[in-house]
Amino acid sequence: MQFRVDKLGVIIAALAAYGALLAPFATFRANRIVAGEARSIGEALPSAWTVVVLLLVTATVVVAVLKTPSRLRLGTAFAAIAALALGIGAAAGHLTPPENAYARVSPASGFWILLFALGLLAADALTRLRPSPLVRVLFLSAVLGFIAAVLTSGTWDGLSLLKEYASRADTFWAEAGKHVTLALGSLAAATIVGIPLGILCHRVARLRDGLLGVLNAIQTIPSIALFGILIAPLGWIAVHVPGAAAIGIRGIGTAPAFVALFLYSLLPVVANTVVGLAGVPREANDAARGIGMTDFQRLVGIEFPLAFPVILTGIRIVLVQNIGLATIAALIGGGGFGVFVFQGVGQTAMDLVLLGAVPTVLLAFTAAIVLDALIETATPNRNRVQSA
Amino acid sequence: MIEIEGITKRYGETTVVRDVSLTIAPRTVTVIVGTSGSGKTTLLRMINRLVEPTSGTIKLDGEDNRSLPDYELRRRIGYAIQGHGLFPHRTVAQNIATVPTLLGWDGARIEAKVTELLTLFQLDPVAFGPRYPHELSGGQQQRVGVARALAAEPKVLLMDEPFGALDPIIRAKAQDDLLAIQKHFETTIVLVTHDMEEAFHLADRIAVMDKGEVVQYATPAEMLVKPATAFVESLIGAGERPFRLLAIETVADAVEPGAAEGEAIASAATQREALSTLLWTGRKALPVIGPDGALIGKVSLDGLVQRAAGPT
Repeated sequence: MQFRVDKLGVIIAALAAYGALLAPFATFRANRIVAGEARSIGEALPSAWTVVVLLLVTATVVVAVLKTPSRLRLGTAFAAIAALALGIGAAAGHLTPPENAYARVSPASGFWILLFALGLLAADALTRLRPSPLVRVLFLSAVLGFIAAVLTSGTWDGLSLLKEYASRADTFWAEAGKHVTLALGSLAAATIVGIPLGILCHRVARLRDGLLGVLNAIQTIPSIALFGILIAPLGWIAVHVPGAAAIGIRGIGTAPAFVALFLYSLLPVVANTVVGLAGVPREANDAARGIGMTDFQRLVGIEFPLAFPVILTGIRIVLVQNIGLATIAALIGGGGFGVFVFQGVGQTAMDLVLLGAVPTVLLAFTAAIVLDALIETATPNRNRVQSA
Repeated sequence: MIEIEGITKRYGETTVVRDVSLTIAPRTVTVIVGTSGSGKTTLLRMINRLVEPTSGTIKLDGEDNRSLPDYELRRRIGYAIQGHGLFPHRTVAQNIATVPTLLGWDGARIEAKVTELLTLFQLDPVAFGPRYPHELSGGQQQRVGVARALAAEPKVLLMDEPFGALDPIIRAKAQDDLLAIQKHFETTIVLVTHDMEEAFHLADRIAVMDKGEVVQYATPAEMLVKPATAFVESLIGAGERPFRLLAIETVADAVEPGAAEGEAIASAATQREALSTLLWTGRKALPVIGPDGALIGKVSLDGLVQRAAGPT
């Protein structure tokens, strides 16, 4: 029997081999500030776990290198990822000396490289399987469910990231709430304002160039600069407009962050609305007018449904962009996961940075997958009009 | 009855339609022909006010077409365009139901109308109703487009190059179907085309437009015999004239007493078809049978040659 070699599989195998055998698997530190000591996979894990993890990684490497069915690749990749996730928890227990509350164990480069290689394999296998939008969302739910289960089981409690979390559990959820509120709230505001603006731009050609130009210019302002620019006018409003300060409008804090995110969000929403409406087949529009639809009926019944997938693509861009950008809001007291990132940077505590960064990445990733699935559901092939 | 009186349309300095007056009789097919840029589509679109005229009036059954809001006017007038203009996100049945829905018909009546029209256009309502336009062939899409235009039983149907995107064989079939449906619903049809063949095949009267003006408005036979200008003559095509003349009339009009040998031709066929058969089979005359299949006489090569001759 002849074996054929998978090109991407070779790269994944090389990465995995380096991550498992050469790079350190975990870092041990006497307390959260000092430099860490690297621990290899054999040192970090109890021997039984070492065997399990290495066996599964080896199996995955073999499956990855050979041309194998996508389901098998996906299955072994997930099994190995699960072993890795549980293994790092075991490493924490194994490396931390008993009764020592200061010592910190965190994943090191080897762990991350392995996770990346296995994740790449899983993503590649998943792409080749071409799952339907629903299946993709179910997959995402399963992965998130697994993470939640591991978190609640306490397996990771010994890890430094979770120790950081334990000491800030109350503020974590408050900041998480602020982060989501900022990202989703500004998106909602941008959608409510942006779609009508886009429709207006579509109908009034002269407005289009001007407005899109302004929005483009806003998009080029660096976020920190935009926060700075907003401090003065919002501060003025807080002082001079009655009731403004009462609802939280101030020069710094949530208000300028919200306004800045809103302004950044407008361009993708407006531009995609304009592009979507422009893409509506001319004949369909002409026929709609010709058989007696009013402008409003045509907009609601014909133009908007046909433009909707494109508009949704704009909303996806905004959501993922906002989840990331909301991190910066912490700089001006706007709250969100950025609080941990900047505190961590200030204290040179990498684990605290990760406490802010990892949830942000997970959130953005989840939003991207869910909205991609929505877009695909809303874009049926019927939009491709067959020519006669 | 459509009365177009002194209609002019200017875009800035350019006059697209210049002082056009036409009276279109009810239950007839009027074809507006002309080269591209002659203003024929603009004229058509002024009837349902997709384009508002600069001056002049258009009356439908004696009523000024500006006496209603434009969208209400359009719901009473069928409109079919080249490339069908079907809504890609709606099924065939939903597309056809568009105007009845706008007019607020009840569900049962709409469903009955959709079924009736699909059947009339030889599309199985059960199989085609739930499909999307992209799942249909070009000819089927075009039929659905016309069915949609006729759904609210308009007295007037405007068509802008409706068969332009079809291949010749499907186009000929679509033209015949249109004539049958026009007889069925007694619709007044105004159709725009640049295809002279199509004009002669469909029209009760033809209006030829050139540079925004109607240069001749006449029956096909009149136009062949007495083209008003050199432009009309060139549009008809000098080499085609005798054949077009024969194509207008049926064999029934050319029947002579007597008998002939060989296979018979139906009296409903055009004289052009008779001539073609005569030439192809090398005979001097064909027996003619009536609609009931009975022999009613003959059609001869000499007779057709005389009929095809222009005025001397």
